[in-house]
Formats: sequence, structure tokens, C-alpha cells
Amino acid sequence: MGLDFSVIPKYLDIVLLGAVWTIAITIGAAVVSFFGGILLAVIALYAPKIIRWPFQAFSFLFLGTPLLLQLFLIYFGLVQIGIDVPAFMAGVIGLGLHFAVYNSELFQTSILAVDKGQAEAARTLGLSRMQTLRKVVVPQAVRDVIPPIGNNMIALLKDSALVSVIGVSELTLSAQRAIGSTYRPFEFYVLVAAIYYIINLVMEAVLRHVERRIQVSR
Amino acid sequence: MSNPHPFVDIRHAQKSFGTLEVLKDISLQVDRGQIVAIIGPSGSGKSTLLRAINDLDPLTGGEIWLEDKQINKSLPYRQYEKNINDVRQEIGMVFQHFNLFPHLKVRENVTLAPKMLKGLSDTEANALAEEQLTKVGMIERIDYYPSQLSGGQKQRVAIARALAMKPKVMLFDEATSALDPELVEEVNLVMKKLAEEDMTMIIVTHEMGFAESVCDRVLFMDQGVVVEEGPPDVIFRNPKNERTRNFLRKHLAGAAS
Repeated sequence: MGLDFSVIPKYLDIVLLGAVWTIAITIGAAVVSFFGGILLAVIALYAPKIIRWPFQAFSFLFLGTPLLLQLFLIYFGLVQIGIDVPAFMAGVIGLGLHFAVYNSELFQTSILAVDKGQAEAARTLGLSRMQTLRKVVVPQAVRDVIPPIGNNMIALLKDSALVSVIGVSELTLSAQRAIGSTYRPFEFYVLVAAIYYIINLVMEAVLRHVERRIQVSR
Repeated sequence: MSNPHPFVDIRHAQKSFGTLEVLKDISLQVDRGQIVAIIGPSGSGKSTLLRAINDLDPLTGGEIWLEDKQINKSLPYRQYEKNINDVRQEIGMVFQHFNLFPHLKVRENVTLAPKMLKGLSDTEANALAEEQLTKVGMIERIDYYPSQLSGGQKQRVAIARALAMKPKVMLFDEATSALDPELVEEVNLVMKKLAEEDMTMIIVTHEMGFAESVCDRVLFMDQGVVVEEGPPDVIFRNPKNERTRNFLRKHLAGAAS
């Protein structure tokens, strides 16, 4: 049996709709992981032990267990204790928190790398610790860590395929559905791989643009 | 006397890092409008003393007062923070390495603290920034980033940033030491201008000529103590202490070579 790419157009709308869901999940989870990562980093570095410890236990849980299992737990597990999370939300939260923990490690390093004179200058003007973090230290730390955070976001895009297992009709699952009707796995998997790749290229371009924009304020 | 305290009052300041004593029982009173220079070899404790005045390097003993407020009062965390943030608004500080905020434009460097701490509107804050940047001759660079400025320009912006909080005292921590020689003068001129406006200033410096021309009083510090103190013509022309003489001789020889 040879390859037959002529089956693709009929299912293209399903696949493209899947791509839209993949992009939506990636953006949602990226936002959660970005701000969650900053929050976790600030807590890890500055919060008193009583707050820090539970958050670190939580972080370790997300680092030390498979993402797939985390998605199962959020989507199938939480229902049992009365928390019914819709599949899309479960995907955004699961991916978002998982990558927030990775981003937090990067933010912690970059927050500590901001020149001590910066915080001193801000404190000398009368800014409080929190105001100094918010307006002076964190913005610089974020700026310095954009490239590696971008790499995490590209990993996030690829890991968003896992969300197919909890029934979100994203790119991978929509391909599987098309394959279910056509029995043409090679054609559709190649198509979907190409789409992931294109989204990836767009993300890289956006990232490079952001990096150039922040160059001047160094 | 309406005010029982001198304007800035350092009483028996002591500071140790472990067993190393950096400040050994230093007292210093500065009156309103006075300009005091602190000179001395590196490691003498002069920067530590200056940084203790706004509690960046907290003392291990002694008291520091600004008018009727004790700066280094031992208080529970929250009260300490509130107290220190209030007094720091009244004490401007200028650093050797400028410490401008690189992610903010010149304008925003100046307006950040007044907006956050004094609740100034955008219009008010912009007017304030323009006023202060005009004073230091940096108004043309108001929409530049710090990375686009020379060292002397950065330091003048840093002075404008401190002045925007309308401080009662200005502290200068070797403000010109990191500058190329040809850029020192523009910063010195700004400091002279402040002196003419009767700003109270405490200046840690290696610029003996500048100290002599601007200051009312000079302190020579060495190994954590004030070795000699007096009006600039006495300290520079006719120092009584052997260590002061040695330091000035070495320093002038170094500056001449």
C-alpha cells in the first residue's frame, strides 16, 4: 500500500482546528508558567520558611513525577474530591504549573544575578523590598532570562501533545481522529509534524524579535 | 535651640564584620547646609560609615539620627521597614557605579520613586524629572536609556534621580572614582551647584582639590577611626597628625604621576 496524500484536504479543517487548540493551550500554559515561575522564584528566594516549604514540596512534586501522570491526576483525579476541571483548563493548568517549576529555577538564578547595586539604589530612594523586587529587580531578571525561558516554551509546545490523552482535540488528537477514519497514519502524522514545526518557527521568530527589542535597555 | 539634635548626628558608631572592626567608635555631627568630606585610604571605613547613614550597612553599635528621627532604631521587622523607608526618602545617595536602572529610560529613572512613594501623577512626575534633569544638564537625554550615556552623564542622571525625592541630605560615595578623568569635572560642577544651594552633603572622595574647594569640614579616617578633623585649609595645608601627612603626601604623589 503506497502513500496517498490526497486524503488530507478532506480532513484539513479538523487538523487546523486542532492546531488552533494547540496554540491556545500553549499560550495559556505559557502565561501560567511565566507568572507562576516568577512567583515561585520570589517565594523560593524571599518568603519565610513557613510559606517557602510547602511551595518547595509542591515544586518537587511537579519536577519529580511524569507530566502525563500530573495531567491524569488533575483531570481524572480531582473530580473524585469534587473539583471538576474541564479538559482544556486541566491541560493549561497541568502544563502551566509543570513548566512554572522549570521557569522558576531560571528566574531564581537570574534574580540573584542582578547587580546588588540595583536593589541598593532602589532601597536608598525609599522603595520597600516588594517595590524594589517588582519595579527594579524582577524586570531586569526577566529580561536577562528570555532566551532560556523561550526554550522552555518551545518544549512546552511539544509537550502539549500529551494533553490529547485527556481528550482535548488539539493537534495530535485531531490527527489520530483523521487516521481513525482514513487508516493513513503516515500522511497525517507527517502533516501534523509539519504544523508543529511551523508553529515552532513562528515562536522562535517572536522570541528573536523580543530579544532584539530588549537589547537597547541593557 | 529649637532642635536638640544636630541635623545629622552619628553617635559612637561601631561596625564589625565578624572579628574585623571596620568602624571604632566614630562620632560626627553635621549641621544643616554643611558640607563634609571624608577622606582616607581604602579600607579605612569611610564608605562603610557613609552607607551606615541610611542603614545600607547597619551598624553593630551606636546611633544615627537625622533631625529627630533615629535611623538605625531596633524595631520589629515591619516597623523597621516603615521607619527606614521613610527616612531613606529624605536621604539621597549617589554611588560610585551610578546604579541607574538599565531597563528604564532616564525620565523613568527619575520619576520611579516620586511616583511610587509620593503618589505624583504622570504630569507632575514629568515636570519634576524635567526640572531635575535641567539642573544637572541632562534634559536633552531624557528619553535615552542609561546604556546610551557616558559615565559622567550617568552620574548626573543618578544625582537628578536622588534630588527628585527632595532629600534633606545628599550622600556621595566616591561619585567620581569610576569616571574617566575628563568626565570628572562635569559631575563636580553639579555637586558645586548643590553646594551653592546650601544642600547638606557628606562626600566620600579621593578628589582632594574638589574637597578643599567645596567643603566646610574634612575628616581624615584611617583603620576605622577619625584621625584628624578640621577645616579644609588646615587638613590639606597644615595637618597636625603624622598619618594625615603621610596619606596626603602619598596621595598627591600618586595624583601627580
